[in-house]
Amino acid sequence: MKRCTIAVLVENKPGVLARVSSLFRRRGFNIESLAVGTTERPDISRMTIVVRGDDRTLEQVMKQLNKLIEVIKVSDLSENSVERELALIKVHAPPAKRSEIIEIANIFRARIVDVARDSFIIEITGDEEKINAFVDLMRQFGIKEMARTGKISMARGSKTVG
Amino acid sequence: MRAADAIVKALEMEGVEHIFGIPGGAILEVYDALYDSEIVHILTRHEQAAVHAADGYARATGKVGVAFATSGPGATNTVTGIATAYMDSSPLVVMTGQVPRAMIGNDAFQEADTTGITMPITKHNYLVTDERQLLRIIKEAFHIASTGRPGPVLIDLPRDVTMADIEFDYPDKVDLIGYKPKIKGHPKQIKKAVDMIIQSERPIILAGGGVRLSNAHEEVLKLAETIPAFVVTTLMGKGAIPETHPLCLGFIGMHGTKYGNYAVMEADLIIAIGCRFSDRTVGKFSEFAPEAKIIHIDIDPAEIGKNVRVDVPIVGDAKLILQEMIKMIKTKQRKEWFERVEELKRKYPLKYKRDENVIKPQFVIEKVYELAPDAIVTTEVGQNQMWAAQYFKVKYPRQFITSGGLGTMGFGFPAAIGAQVAFPDKIVVDIAGDGSFLMNIQELATCVDYDIPVKVCVLNNAYLGMVRQWQQLFYKRRYSATRLRYPELSFEKIAKGFGAHGITVEKPSEVEDALKEAFEIDKPVVIDFHVEVEENVFPFVPPGRSLREVLDGE
Repeated sequence: MKRCTIAVLVENKPGVLARVSSLFRRRGFNIESLAVGTTERPDISRMTIVVRGDDRTLEQVMKQLNKLIEVIKVSDLSENSVERELALIKVHAPPAKRSEIIEIANIFRARIVDVARDSFIIEITGDEEKINAFVDLMRQFGIKEMARTGKISMARGSKTVG
Repeated sequence: MRAADAIVKALEMEGVEHIFGIPGGAILEVYDALYDSEIVHILTRHEQAAVHAADGYARATGKVGVAFATSGPGATNTVTGIATAYMDSSPLVVMTGQVPRAMIGNDAFQEADTTGITMPITKHNYLVTDERQLLRIIKEAFHIASTGRPGPVLIDLPRDVTMADIEFDYPDKVDLIGYKPKIKGHPKQIKKAVDMIIQSERPIILAGGGVRLSNAHEEVLKLAETIPAFVVTTLMGKGAIPETHPLCLGFIGMHGTKYGNYAVMEADLIIAIGCRFSDRTVGKFSEFAPEAKIIHIDIDPAEIGKNVRVDVPIVGDAKLILQEMIKMIKTKQRKEWFERVEELKRKYPLKYKRDENVIKPQFVIEKVYELAPDAIVTTEVGQNQMWAAQYFKVKYPRQFITSGGLGTMGFGFPAAIGAQVAFPDKIVVDIAGDGSFLMNIQELATCVDYDIPVKVCVLNNAYLGMVRQWQQLFYKRRYSATRLRYPELSFEKIAKGFGAHGITVEKPSEVEDALKEAFEIDKPVVIDFHVEVEENVFPFVPPGRSLREVLDGE
């Protein structure tokens, strides 16, 4: 089993996300993470999909995605790419623990974006490993809530997927 | 112009001559527009049959078949028809009515999420939310349905869209940035394949339904004769080469010819053309043609390597690729291999036990073939389908029409209606089982209504025969829910009740006369052949086994 990050350029039309997710469900492919957003062109959206499978499955995923009429381009970004994810973490932060939390946040270049009487919301960006490491450290204080965007990815250098 | 009129005009410009469908509230506007059109509308008695008929029409002609249905139950009834066409890559445009835009999502009367339901069984589908996009969508739908790997496209039409006023400006081309099928094969791959063919000692061509879709039958024959190589087909590939040709080894797979299956297992090269290596054709994937290298020509890149390993893939249109290959092939006689295959043919012919007193279903098919070798033959699904495939020797492409991928019982009769509408002067025969025929028997009304003289040959064994066969062989004859108990049932009377002709045949000696009578009458005819009830289809490769593991029933 391998993990693969795929960038999919699609026409920005209603129902495209349903088509892509329906394809994954129907063919028995497992999505680990899915992020969708606009691109430099308003009529084109970009999906970043992380999928797990053997080589044959991953090849089928790419080929079947390509068959969808509204899919413009499918690229494998598993190697030599910049990968980022953003997480918002609401962590239990009583006065006695605050400075410790702030210190850890600083080491990770995370930002505290909301402060309440006994909690922080911390924003962190980075690759998956960095965020996982930070989340692990926060657990000791008590994570009250967490939201992650899913991974987006871009090939290094002048190469583009468009 | 009223959008409904624009739809009908657009269909006329696409060359549509026949539409199969049933009207209803949400699609009334379009039917009103159709009233003034030259397009002939065939009113079927069930929407499933409308789509199968359009599918049969498409398979018989190569044109895009068109079906109409209303919203809600009309649309959901089309689902089996659409899925059948999708699995066999048949080009269709299905238009369904939908509730007005403002009511969508509110559980309105006869509302169903038609585009949601049909998403996984269409090549593409559209919900028209803006009447200004309507004509572009229709143009795209016909383009998508008929190019690349063909398939069904559905357009869902909210009622208020069909009532809107639009300008008739029908586009003459499409601009789809994400859809550009690859037509021309890669020259390097073609060269590689040709070298492999020239070096091979035991080559076999495996022709699938893609040969028909790409109109490549002449090229297949030319390639086979030039190499020379034997040709086997898939079930869908029947007609890729005349089955009476000395190089043809019939169809392979679960119920294919034993000599065809064995030849494939002994080959050192498989040249697969427009086929998808389905489990019914190749048996156990990992043991398919163990000694062979595989060349796979297909227009759909996703089929390459999906089920079996491929040594030389060539993506593109089969006809063009074969034309390139033929130019480079050098003829080489392979005497030993030819002698071996001839020996297989002699040793393992198709056979069944003949009987003087009881009608053997295979005998009926042989007689149909003898009396109407040029007929278009459709089949239902099950034993009837396999006997038809084994004993009717197909002469030309598009002559044999069957539901291969989805295996839809009830397909053959409406498909025959579609084929007969396309070819009114041909004899069109539906080879049916009693179980299958009952699934769309209401279409007798359509045949009578429009004088569609389809001949239905019911191989009546009062069983769901293929399921019973599996129960006999794998479940110790525990015939759970496969006996069809209706000793009083008379297909003859049912046919006559509809105003069609009906014949009951109980003895082998009456088979020929009954068929002659049916083929001579210019009326729809149902012939009820009371056949051997526990006859089995052999040869039989049990599911999941290699093509070497053939049961003979002896």
